Amino acid sequence: MPLYFCKGIRFMKETELIPHLFRTEYSKIVSVLYKLFGIEHIEIAEDIVSDTFLLASELWGLKGLPENPTAWLYTVAKNKTKDYLKHHSVFIEKVSKDIKYSAPLFNEAEIDLSPKNINDSQLAMMFTVCHPCNPAEVQIGLALNLLCGFGAAEIANAFLTNKEVIYKRLQRGREKLRTEKIKIEQPVLSEINERLPAVLITLYLLFNEGYYSSNEDVSLRKDLCLEAMRLTYLLVENDYTNKPEVNALLSLMCFHSSRFEARTGEDGSSILYEDQDTKLWDRELIEKGEFFLDRASVGNMLSKYHLEAAIAYWHTHKEDSQQKWENILQLYNQLLQIEYSPIAALNRTFALAKANGKKEAIAEAEKLNLFDNHLYFTLLGNLYTDVDNVKALKHYEKALSLSGSNPGKAIIAKSMEKLIMSLAS
Amino acid sequence: MKDFLFVFRAEPNSLANASPDEMQAMTKRWMDWIGGIAAQNKLTNRGNRLFPSGKVVKPGNVITDGPYSEIKESIGGYSIVKANSLEEAAELAKGCPALSVGGSVEVREINEM
Repeated sequence: MPLYFCKGIRFMKETELIPHLFRTEYSKIVSVLYKLFGIEHIEIAEDIVSDTFLLASELWGLKGLPENPTAWLYTVAKNKTKDYLKHHSVFIEKVSKDIKYSAPLFNEAEIDLSPKNINDSQLAMMFTVCHPCNPAEVQIGLALNLLCGFGAAEIANAFLTNKEVIYKRLQRGREKLRTEKIKIEQPVLSEINERLPAVLITLYLLFNEGYYSSNEDVSLRKDLCLEAMRLTYLLVENDYTNKPEVNALLSLMCFHSSRFEARTGEDGSSILYEDQDTKLWDRELIEKGEFFLDRASVGNMLSKYHLEAAIAYWHTHKEDSQQKWENILQLYNQLLQIEYSPIAALNRTFALAKANGKKEAIAEAEKLNLFDNHLYFTLLGNLYTDVDNVKALKHYEKALSLSGSNPGKAIIAKSMEKLIMSLAS
Repeated sequence: MKDFLFVFRAEPNSLANASPDEMQAMTKRWMDWIGGIAAQNKLTNRGNRLFPSGKVVKPGNVITDGPYSEIKESIGGYSIVKANSLEEAAELAKGCPALSVGGSVEVREINEM
């Protein structure tokens, strides 16, 4: 099934086309070469593909675009790989066993860039990158770097940290994969069951990094989400990894990203769910979310992704109803039993207010003990609004003093304004 | 934090004549209550419900059927929660739906082996 990720290539100029192809093709070609060269020599694979793109930008600028730019890139990358292997006989002698082992096609001096092998290679690489020998933040960095072709600077920008920190993190992660001798190969069935949860966590965090980040660069955040969706889609396309929880995760991502256009104003400010224009919600993505949620609903496994996808499903119905909030409340009740998180606790209490009334929700909110979380005070401010506006204002003030991001502060300030108006009148 | 066992006791038949709507309302109250404990990050294990009938094995391997004359209220289920003290754990037990049908919650600190 074609996913919505691919934009029309035909209307792009060279200047747009190369960055676009870099995004879409770099990671495909490099995955195949990673698998060919093995984790010991991933830099060789990267050099070959970088050289290929460098040559493209030089030649295409001079001679114009080839008829089929993607095929051109594949051919050049193949030839460069063959040249490399020919001219590095020492290297070949040293590691030829590994190479033959991981890629029998090398014997025929053929590098397989068929869609199937690209997918298989990316999948194999995904399991390597998400190996639990590295901590989660390193896995996410490596995923962006090795699977999505993001450089250290871009990752640093996305994580709002500096390039050196990310650079060191990536080097550490690569080194760890080498010393642990993590192979780049399609995991066998028993390994998939064991290691899939770690892969899903990384993809989930990668998506969240894009979706919830306080970074004001909207297109960068969108890119992170799309990359997470692209990789999750790879898992869904593969028979071995096409499991209910993977479909649930993809469903969740589709539902959330359907609101991407609606949640940011023209001036870059965040727009709260209640204030969003539903006409800007992407119906196609909502339908895809429903499709994958449906596919997730087989078997009797209920993962946190199922619950979160179901919660996200109810949020695609804008209008308040008892049924909607009762369902969301019960889903949060279940989610918290599987895995506690402060944000789930806060959202559950919000749903409790909608389903059971503010009085009960305030009593429950007071027990949450999240005194260093600005969202906790935002919730209390919201719950006390129209119950005790003076208290509500105090909570919002506290939230404002704790909030670290500008968009977050702007939202709180807006709620405070409304309160001050109603207190004055 | 330490772990505490909640033992829920109620008349085994207190819900026997309940309508489907009443049953559903009761389930919701349990889910909301346990969800509230989980939202405080104080739920260790949701535990389980127990069927009302059972057997008791006594010295000499004598097996008798339940319900048990010694316990007027039958054990309907259990959960494990986290708290800093027995008092705090008892505080968490307030609002348990078993209390609204004349039941009780016994709170015991778990002494790990």
